[in-house]
Amino acid sequence: MPEIKVTPLGAGQDVGRSCILVSIGGKNIMLDCGMHMGYNDDRRFPDFSYITQNGRLTDFLDCVIISHFHLDHCGALPYMSEMVGYDGPIYMTHPTKAICPILLEDFRKITVDKKGETNFFTSQMIKDCMKKVIPLNLHQTVQVDDELEIKAYYAGHVLGAAMVHIKVGSESVVYTGDYNMTPDRHLGAAWIDKCRPDILISESTYATTIRDSKRCRERDFLKKVHETIERGGKVLIPVFALGRAQELCILLETFWERMNLKAPIYFSTGLTEKANHYYKLFITWTNQKIRKTFVQRNMFEFKHIKAFDRSYADNPGPMVVFATPGMLHAGQSLQIFKKWAGNEKNMVIMPGYCVQGTIGHKILNGQRKLEMEGRATSVTLCCPLAPIKLQIVLDVKLQVEYMSFSAHADAKGIMQLIRMAEPRNMVLVHGEAVKMEFLKGKIEQEFNCYMPANGETITVTTNPSVPVDISLNLLKREMALGGPLPDPKKPRTMHGTLIMKENSLKLVSSEQALKELGLNEHQLRFTCRVQLQDPHSDPDTLHRIYTHLKSVLKGYTIQHLPDGTVMVESIVIKVSSSAEDTNTKVLLLSWSYQVKYFQCSYLTDGLYRD
Amino acid sequence: MAAHLKKRVYEEFSKVVQIPHEEAPAKKLRLSKPSKSAALHIDLCKATNSTDALQYLLQFARKPVEAESVEGVVRILLEHYYKETDNSVRLKIASLLGLLSKTQGFSPDCIVDDAINTLSNEKSHQVLAQLLDTLLVIGTQLPESPAVRQRLIEMACKHLSDTYFGVRIKCLQLLGCLGMVDSPLNKDMKQFPKMDVQSIISDYFGDQDPRVRTAAIKAMLQLHERGMKIHQIIYDQACRLLSDDYEQVRSAAVQMVWVLSQLYPESIVPIPSSNEEIRLVDDAFGKISHMVSDGSWMVRVQAAKTLGSMLQVSPHFLEQTLDKKLMSDLRRKRTAHERAKELFTSGEFSSGRKWADDAPKEKLDTNTVNLIASGACGAFVHGLEDEMFEVRIAAVEALCKLARSSPSFAEKCLDFLVDMFNDEIEEVRLQSIHVLREISMHITLREDQLDTVLAVLEDSSRDIREALHELLCYTNVSTKECIQLALLELLKNLNKYPTDRNSVWKCLKFVGSRHPTLVLPLVSELLSTHPYFDTPEPDMDDPAYIAVLVLVFNAAKSCPTMPALFSDHTFRHYAYLRDSLSHLVPPLRLPGRKQVYGLDSVDSGSGSGSVESAQLFLQQSLNRVSTIQNLEAPGAQDLLDFTIRDLQRLGELQTELAGAADFCATYLRCQLLLMKALQEKLWNMAVPLCLKQNVTATAAAQQILEETYKLEFLYSGLENRHVATIHHVRLQAKALQLVLSARTRQGLDPLISSCEKFLQDVESFQRLFLTELPHLQDSFVDKLLELMPRLSSCKPVELVKILQTTLRQSGLLQLKLPEQIHRATATIIEPTGESDNPLRFTSGLVVALDIDATLEHVQDPQNSVKVQVLYPDGQSHVIHPKPGDFRKPGPDRHRLITQVYLSHTAWTGQDGARASTASRHLRPPSREPFRFSKPVKVYIMPKPARR
Repeated sequence: MPEIKVTPLGAGQDVGRSCILVSIGGKNIMLDCGMHMGYNDDRRFPDFSYITQNGRLTDFLDCVIISHFHLDHCGALPYMSEMVGYDGPIYMTHPTKAICPILLEDFRKITVDKKGETNFFTSQMIKDCMKKVIPLNLHQTVQVDDELEIKAYYAGHVLGAAMVHIKVGSESVVYTGDYNMTPDRHLGAAWIDKCRPDILISESTYATTIRDSKRCRERDFLKKVHETIERGGKVLIPVFALGRAQELCILLETFWERMNLKAPIYFSTGLTEKANHYYKLFITWTNQKIRKTFVQRNMFEFKHIKAFDRSYADNPGPMVVFATPGMLHAGQSLQIFKKWAGNEKNMVIMPGYCVQGTIGHKILNGQRKLEMEGRATSVTLCCPLAPIKLQIVLDVKLQVEYMSFSAHADAKGIMQLIRMAEPRNMVLVHGEAVKMEFLKGKIEQEFNCYMPANGETITVTTNPSVPVDISLNLLKREMALGGPLPDPKKPRTMHGTLIMKENSLKLVSSEQALKELGLNEHQLRFTCRVQLQDPHSDPDTLHRIYTHLKSVLKGYTIQHLPDGTVMVESIVIKVSSSAEDTNTKVLLLSWSYQVKYFQCSYLTDGLYRD
Repeated sequence: MAAHLKKRVYEEFSKVVQIPHEEAPAKKLRLSKPSKSAALHIDLCKATNSTDALQYLLQFARKPVEAESVEGVVRILLEHYYKETDNSVRLKIASLLGLLSKTQGFSPDCIVDDAINTLSNEKSHQVLAQLLDTLLVIGTQLPESPAVRQRLIEMACKHLSDTYFGVRIKCLQLLGCLGMVDSPLNKDMKQFPKMDVQSIISDYFGDQDPRVRTAAIKAMLQLHERGMKIHQIIYDQACRLLSDDYEQVRSAAVQMVWVLSQLYPESIVPIPSSNEEIRLVDDAFGKISHMVSDGSWMVRVQAAKTLGSMLQVSPHFLEQTLDKKLMSDLRRKRTAHERAKELFTSGEFSSGRKWADDAPKEKLDTNTVNLIASGACGAFVHGLEDEMFEVRIAAVEALCKLARSSPSFAEKCLDFLVDMFNDEIEEVRLQSIHVLREISMHITLREDQLDTVLAVLEDSSRDIREALHELLCYTNVSTKECIQLALLELLKNLNKYPTDRNSVWKCLKFVGSRHPTLVLPLVSELLSTHPYFDTPEPDMDDPAYIAVLVLVFNAAKSCPTMPALFSDHTFRHYAYLRDSLSHLVPPLRLPGRKQVYGLDSVDSGSGSGSVESAQLFLQQSLNRVSTIQNLEAPGAQDLLDFTIRDLQRLGELQTELAGAADFCATYLRCQLLLMKALQEKLWNMAVPLCLKQNVTATAAAQQILEETYKLEFLYSGLENRHVATIHHVRLQAKALQLVLSARTRQGLDPLISSCEKFLQDVESFQRLFLTELPHLQDSFVDKLLELMPRLSSCKPVELVKILQTTLRQSGLLQLKLPEQIHRATATIIEPTGESDNPLRFTSGLVVALDIDATLEHVQDPQNSVKVQVLYPDGQSHVIHPKPGDFRKPGPDRHRLITQVYLSHTAWTGQDGARASTASRHLRPPSREPFRFSKPVKVYIMPKPARR
């Protein structure tokens, strides 16, 4: 039986470092090639030695598919392609291809330039890697080679996020990447057609959560911002540069527009500006509202949101500032936070999760006094090598709000996707093991579900259908034999000859098969001898049999032929007396192989009973 | 193309019909028949190949065919059909047969046989499908002959097993449209001995082609529409189709399931994989709810819409649609809505500032969490969050319908509707505000909810704000803080958007009169009075102060203790506002002030009782008038005079009946005018002697005509009988005109034509109001129609004589009391006409003028309402507002918000000149349009262009 094998190198019962190997129909495919944000050593990249101990990966992989631009899905790509070595095709959608190198470059800068790591990929490597990328369009079927084809579906997680349908022959696998089933302010909901794959590999970040309506959260967010602005306070929203930031921008922008507000909104510059540019370009990847209105005005051309300058933080009056990074652990967001923390009119809104130890985490947990490792700026400038550490106690007076805006499908959403795609088996990745267990239990009520750990291979046997060519005439002839039409679901048997010739299968009528193969038709007849005790002469016995059969087998044509035989349909009956005993008559029965057996048995039964 | 042809055929036909009335029709027909068919015949014979023939047929299809010559044409087409070998030509001929059999006046039963005949010989599947389509047309044209239908159905059944999907679809359509509703198919059918149409159709629910499946469901729905009771057996099949692979099948299946749930709401169906049973309507509701999260948005829209009309569903299931059973890390979590409610009931304001304040509490049993078969669970939560706004709107509408029928559900869906106020698409926001208004009788807003609602007041869209004002007019709130909050936000709104003045005041008027007891504790604060100190008198021109006063005065109306809290200047301001804004400020019984009795007291006492008494009065007046049998009876005129006066006064006093009273008064005035014109003693005098008399009579006739047009087009809610009465008066006026013109004018030719015209009018009256004729016993028309045969043949002079006597003999036609009549009116709110600042602009260029007008009881305002600008030099422009400029804030009310562009050349003189604008109504016949509203003067001052 053919099998499909799935092996996660990363993201197996874990979040981060997504990398899944799939072998299907003799093809090996790598799905995503991400890095783990939590590690700084070798564990940060997937263990490519699993594929091959030494040498390049090109010979072992047929293609690599990247679902979206988040680093935990594409962070290890240059490492894999340039440092480990892979020259085959890499597939990603257009927006991912555009934005991915920006993030990789940013990531490289932080690791190499800031943290001073060596043995890391270079800018040139990122460029070389991107040259190997083949862009995908939504719903476009791409032939990787003669047998392998892939098709991208909208995933709604971030701009350009896609789910991929991988198909070899009639076996198929769907990999969801990260996806979101509830539309937000700038992206639509994930959608897939009823492709009935053999395996659906789905993320399960929120496997045990059913989320509240998005509208409440949005409304609360807007209300809080609005109230603070009206009070004359300043609002700080620490964000990561891409994804949610754009959603919040659109949310605020439209709200400002609707409510005719005048307070300025700033967005801290940097890579976001470049990214925003791509958001403007890839309008087709956004939601209904933005797509419909971009002719009048592109929603990403913000009217109220301007670039931030460091000096603006001291401006009087209300303002809203989006600043990176999202957990308030460093950078501009932290600087602004320090400036504004003392005023109770101000507010900071944390739109996402904060890791323990960051300032974001501390203030969310209600800490009102923060001890900071402050550096006196003037001193730092003089001697950057030996900054004088100062312990500053920061009094947090500003209001701290938490608003969760996350773009992963919740348990309901995952179920909804399953219903859309109707898979035969399910593999859960990209989630915590405990949470997966719950969802697995739920899914297993209906069909098989697996949750492999990293490096663990699961095997699914498939039952692929084998396509066979059939001549139309034969099909029509056989169809005419069957009953009336409306019975499409019932299997029907048909007669024909299967010819296997040069890798192709053909079903033809037996006559044609004979003709094609240049064979003569052979008649096959079965014979059977039955001994009877009968004192009459041979013709008399035959006549008796004839009359008897006539009385028993009504509805059949029974003929008494002049040459001393009786024909029942195509069965021939002859009588001869044995040499030793004239009373013992031997009955010779002969029938062709087409005659149904029961007819014969019936016949013989009839004779025996006589 | 087909539609085009059909239209042409109808157009042509309506002309053809009229010819026989005037001229000898036989000749014309004989001419046209051979020419039409002969031409086609020649054309088709000329055609050498199929392309040519197709061209000729296409050309032919563009021309209309008279009913009489259809049969000949059909014969030629059929003849050609049998000869033709090309499929496309045969297809075209088949489609032409269908089109031709639609010709009005042609009975297609004569071609049924031929069509069926061709069907049995046809080999091409496409042509077969087209022929079946033709049969369908023929069948629908012949609803009265069961024999033909029986044959057609047999044909359809025979071809149902065709391998081509198109043929099967057409067969199913045929069955759906023509299948016998009352009895099962005949017994003598051999092929399907005991089957009825329903089971035949339902066999195709499982067809291999999705298009055929869709057609089968549609055919079944068609049967339902035609009144056949669908069997419940289909329910299971229909439910299975809900999970079909193809969206059109699913969409149709949703409809099918809905139909069944409406037919058998109470029957019991088992739940699969358990032994429980539930009502069918609940089961169907669950299944359709499930479709709200379908993959195709068309199906989602369909499902969401359908949910709204399933009112019999049990409340338990209904409430599930709003419940998503939140869960976080396997713990039950409360929704934000629940948290808000809890915080409110515990007396705290939402802090919402803690990170994990939504932290889940109780641990969930994993077995009870149901993810897969969610049924109705959270259907609306999904629907309202959908990606496509079409789905969201459908969901909002469905919520509205369900909430209106179930107060407890209304209470529950409130939070969700309020959330929708924040949607990204304005249409959805507006819709949800409207919906909330509609269900507002069931609900009382909590403070936190009100807060969210009020936040929308700052919206920059005027429609949204006004919809919200409208909503606030109808809302109940629970505490005095709510009132304060609302007032505060409304004042903020007023400050930000001063143009909302009227709307805000109106809103506060209702808020005040709805919650007098809640306003009472706020009065001193609102009016900033102090027990010891005199506070400065507020500025009377401040719109915000007026707003506060409107609120307070309206609350004071039903709260007699309130005026005691007013300070002196408040009383003065009351007197001022009562005069200047009487529609906003109610009459109050103020201590130490002389109560003005009379009009006010009537007004204040106006409850439902007085409306009834007014109605009674109206009826009595009409009855009184109806006693006038003879127009020349003494005192008749006086009676009419008084009645008209009474009715006019009644209309002023009782706004509910204004339309009806006005209508009656105008009608009676017409009668009065007619009476006066006819009653003149001088009628019988010789013509030259009564010239002066004629002048007044002509004027009267003209005026009556004018008034009848107004009666017909300015009032909405007219019954057919009223229209007949109006037309009757008009006919009388026309008769009067005819008589007068016969008396004055010399020469026969004009007289002949006007006589003919009059007779035509009488005939068209008869045609239009055939059903009303019994009510018009003994009237002018009745008498005329009796004499009709004589009239149409007699000479004009004779006719005039007859008319004259009939007019004078005929009695007064009694008017039936109009129940629901309203006069169409328009009020121009903006520009107010009060501004003394002229609009300055460079002459020759344009200046935009904002117009804001309310139209009441205007039917089809998009087409009927225009804006007219009259310039001081007598020029007038009529401006057609765009359809998008009309809003519909309530039933029978429209709002026109538009800009008109004014332009003029420079004029000399220092003062700004005036232009007036008025909404106008263009009535269909080419008559002078009516003016809906009073003109408003706007000063404009074109400056000469500088060179």
